[in-house]
Amino acid sequence: MSKELSGNYWINKAVKIGSNRAFQNQQILLEKPELTTDEFLVALYREIGMEYPKWFKMDRLSKLGMLAAELVLGRPGGNLADPFGSAIVLANRHSSLDTDRKFVEQLKEIPSPAVFVYTLPNIVTGEISIRHGFKGEQAFFIDDLCPVDFMVNYVQTLFEEGNTHTCLFGWVDILGEQYNATLYSVSGVQEDSVHSIPFTSKNVYQYFDHEQGAVS
Amino acid sequence: MNREQLVEELKQQIIEQLNLQVQPADIVASDPLFNEGLGLDSIDALELIVLMQQKYRIKLANAEDGPKIFQSVDTMADFILANQTPQAG
Repeated sequence: MSKELSGNYWINKAVKIGSNRAFQNQQILLEKPELTTDEFLVALYREIGMEYPKWFKMDRLSKLGMLAAELVLGRPGGNLADPFGSAIVLANRHSSLDTDRKFVEQLKEIPSPAVFVYTLPNIVTGEISIRHGFKGEQAFFIDDLCPVDFMVNYVQTLFEEGNTHTCLFGWVDILGEQYNATLYSVSGVQEDSVHSIPFTSKNVYQYFDHEQGAVS
Repeated sequence: MNREQLVEELKQQIIEQLNLQVQPADIVASDPLFNEGLGLDSIDALELIVLMQQKYRIKLANAEDGPKIFQSVDTMADFILANQTPQAG
């Protein structure tokens, strides 16, 4: 059952990438149903003008998470006012299984070190941190379905402990051609009188369900 | 394969193995591969060792030789030519 939390914190921006479509808040940025997942991720990278050559070396989970983070946070360059007060809390269903399978396949010959280093799901949080300068709390949870209530409570607790002032929060999952990244920027400041909405489980759920249906 | 062909092949192999977003013509064979130049990192170094073993069947006997061998495309080509076993047939 969804637990409503206090409205002291705000979702200031939300991004959703899935089924070859990318949304920023409610606005669709890119839709390319004819592409494969890999092709769509590259198309989105080009579309948003993300200039970061290292992105091409990442695994698909990190590529997806990096694109979603870029859409939420914008280009790096002093946009994090408080790096040590900026947290990242993510979750997914398939951990790093997409990359783990690729690595196991490579064990028949000589496996790639560049693949091996991505055989953990929380590497994506590190990649986002390096790119955008996060130095605060980080957590990555794995569950069958997105544990929205648990995660909202977790982030609320971080805020109430006093060290965290802003949080990149959400779901980043990929396995084969199935993928979904839904990220939110949350803080105690209502940054946009139109788009900012209270940080509640209900509002988080609603955006998860937006357009693409439930997170699977 | 002569040395010039090997250098061009190496450029292509490096781009593919390391997922670099450059063209072979962008790589100067004598430029450093690490730090300046292509700006490769430690994981890239491991990938180059794998490349050497997988594609050219050369295993590095001494890891300490790595920085010298992987200094540039030129030094890699020289090392391959000096150590490659001729293919039968």
